[in-house]
Amino acid sequence: MSGFYRLSGGRILDPSRGRDEVGDLFVAGGRIVDPASLPVETRWESIDASGRIVAPGLIDIHVHLREPGEPQKETFASGTRAAAAGGFTAVVAMPNTRPPADQPNTIGWIRERAREQGVVRVYPTGCLSEGRTGEKLAPLGSLRAAGVVALTDDGSCIQDAGLMRRVMEYAAMLDLPVLEHCEESSVSAGGVMHEGYWSAVLGLRGWPSLAEELIVSRDLLLAERTGARLHCQHLSSAGSVRLIREAKRRGVAVSAEVTPHHLALTDGDLARYDTHCKMNPPLGSEADREALLEGIIDGAIDLIASDHAPHCSFEKEVEFDRAPFGIVGLETTLAVAAETLVKPKLLDWPGLIARLSTIPARLLGLPGGTLSTGAAADLVVIDPDLRWTVNPQAFQSRGRNTPFSGWEVQGRAMLTMVEGKIVWRL
Amino acid sequence: MGSEGPKGNPEHRAEGKWTRRHLLGLRELDREEILLLLDAADAMTSRWEGGRESPSLRGLTVVNLFIEPSTRTRVSFELAAKRLGAHVLEIDQESSSIRKGESLKDTARNLEAMGADFLVLRHSAAGAAHFLADRVRSSVINAGDGAHEHPTQGLLDLLTIRRRLGKIEGVRVAIVGDILHSRVARSDIWGLRKLGAEVTLVGPRTLLPEVFGRFGVRLSSELDPVLPWAQVIILLRIQHERQREGMFPSLGEYVSLYGLGNARLGRCPPEVLLMHPGPVERGIEMESEVADGPSSVILDQVASGVAVRMAVFSELARLHRRDREGV
Ligand SMILES: [Zn+2]
Repeated sequence: MSGFYRLSGGRILDPSRGRDEVGDLFVAGGRIVDPASLPVETRWESIDASGRIVAPGLIDIHVHLREPGEPQKETFASGTRAAAAGGFTAVVAMPNTRPPADQPNTIGWIRERAREQGVVRVYPTGCLSEGRTGEKLAPLGSLRAAGVVALTDDGSCIQDAGLMRRVMEYAAMLDLPVLEHCEESSVSAGGVMHEGYWSAVLGLRGWPSLAEELIVSRDLLLAERTGARLHCQHLSSAGSVRLIREAKRRGVAVSAEVTPHHLALTDGDLARYDTHCKMNPPLGSEADREALLEGIIDGAIDLIASDHAPHCSFEKEVEFDRAPFGIVGLETTLAVAAETLVKPKLLDWPGLIARLSTIPARLLGLPGGTLSTGAAADLVVIDPDLRWTVNPQAFQSRGRNTPFSGWEVQGRAMLTMVEGKIVWRL
Repeated sequence: MGSEGPKGNPEHRAEGKWTRRHLLGLRELDREEILLLLDAADAMTSRWEGGRESPSLRGLTVVNLFIEPSTRTRVSFELAAKRLGAHVLEIDQESSSIRKGESLKDTARNLEAMGADFLVLRHSAAGAAHFLADRVRSSVINAGDGAHEHPTQGLLDLLTIRRRLGKIEGVRVAIVGDILHSRVARSDIWGLRKLGAEVTLVGPRTLLPEVFGRFGVRLSSELDPVLPWAQVIILLRIQHERQREGMFPSLGEYVSLYGLGNARLGRCPPEVLLMHPGPVERGIEMESEVADGPSSVILDQVASGVAVRMAVFSELARLHRRDREGV
């Protein structure tokens, strides 16, 4: 039985209704309630939220939970604990698992296991192509029936424009968003970092921004033609931001995300060949980073997602060329986003919460992202002033692969509640 | 060769001491550090030619860890280490357990546990030397890491030019060929620029991206206009593999655009120096008679190589002993 909580004296931020005021928030029976509707003798467990932000739980629409298939990297239990510790109450799981989530029974298995073992909500996605090979349509209709919230081949990108057209037509018919990992692989082939000044200095094989921009362009044309809802994942280049901004002005149904690491880091951070800075897409130039910041401020980019990608430590302890792409992000997203956006006053807290909660919920049609009375009590209490040092050894995630180790950051989830149940308390 | 003693060099201003534990690249060295190594190489040569021994590595162990094969560079390091009295251990790709799936990290840790004082690493991955340097207590010398750097090659090129022309400041150098994939080009560019040479890079756009313009050099996709200008031409090795990757249409076309034959040599100043890191692919980067002709200083480079490596070993050894013995 869920408890009765009174979160008192916090700054209540609810971008879904433009609310930003100091006050008390009441939770009962797993929902946000109006205390006047309950008997006066109700005994509330008081949680002091003064000096803190009370916000709708964060929603991360780009997470690799590694199950099924790679529990040594992450499990539903560890991944959702990490999410809770980061202030997230819901995550969208990418389907590049082993096996890939391209069959309804796999989706069923994921939903069941996630419900049993997860402490936050887990929404599965299904593959676009069978086996993520980019050759043949996955059973998209059955995947929807099995409960996927979106379709994606994330980790790879369908190269065949003809197949992609069919994918979009199908997705539009099923009214499912297509989450695209934008990478033209003949252009990115062999690349391990952004192609530019630093790849020239370091002698590493370059990955041109063009690889992303070609697919963004192609997919914008296809989305416009088919009416599919296109969402471009983890944008990394100034050119992509410009393309999306222009398409939005034309009225194309497109949305986009950016990761905290693409907002915080650049290819210059690879100067010591740190494999924790090796990601897909690669960290761009300073000009790219500035364009991404601009995009998230003016709305060309809709939201922030972590692309949480845990790997075993030994996999990253190798020569740069051999290391896998990706870093963990669930536990650092809020603080790194606050450092790069709120601290330099590019966004205020309501703006950041919108991009981490309300907008992601709206975009994929997920519950949450609001503190409306009657809504499920999925919420987070954030201390915006708490200074802390990122220590991967203290992560809830099984992945320790972060470039932010040792960073002094500010802002942290103190308490996370899912459906009225406290799942994280610092 | 070797006629230019340290005193005759206008650039001899290196007063400081060597303070680094590793030699990973020339980009991170400042002008004074590079000059210090060049002067030390000259001093080594005079001492060696004067028949005086300099056993500055006595009692120390050098491991030549050549994961990517290169007989020339390996032998040069071996000779340098032995002349200085070191124990030298050769580990190549065949004998190393790297092939059996052991990681570079494990291999290095094992060698260190066996008492290696120096790890001379040749590896196909850029950054491999940094990787080791961050994880071992031995001194790491980068003997070529992927397309990143080959600092002793850069130093020996600088030494060769300085010995021939008496200076590096203001010297006009053209580097020709596959700049993009060349660790030699990178080390040369950093070294030459820090010492004040003028550098023009020459090659097809696919092998010479525009971004190299940010290295403080000029770029040209044509060789012919550069020929009358250059006092030194460094020709880089062209790998057939690049043609298969579609970086240029054919070797024949490459030779017609960038190959150095007698006709092109005729357009160079008569005193031009032709250099090549070797091994030369005769008939491609340069015609055979050019490679063996009077302008070629390829064998000087080989000789400079041993001197430079002796200098690097001794400077690192001084610091290494101080660290180890707390002197
Ligand atoms: Zn992706």
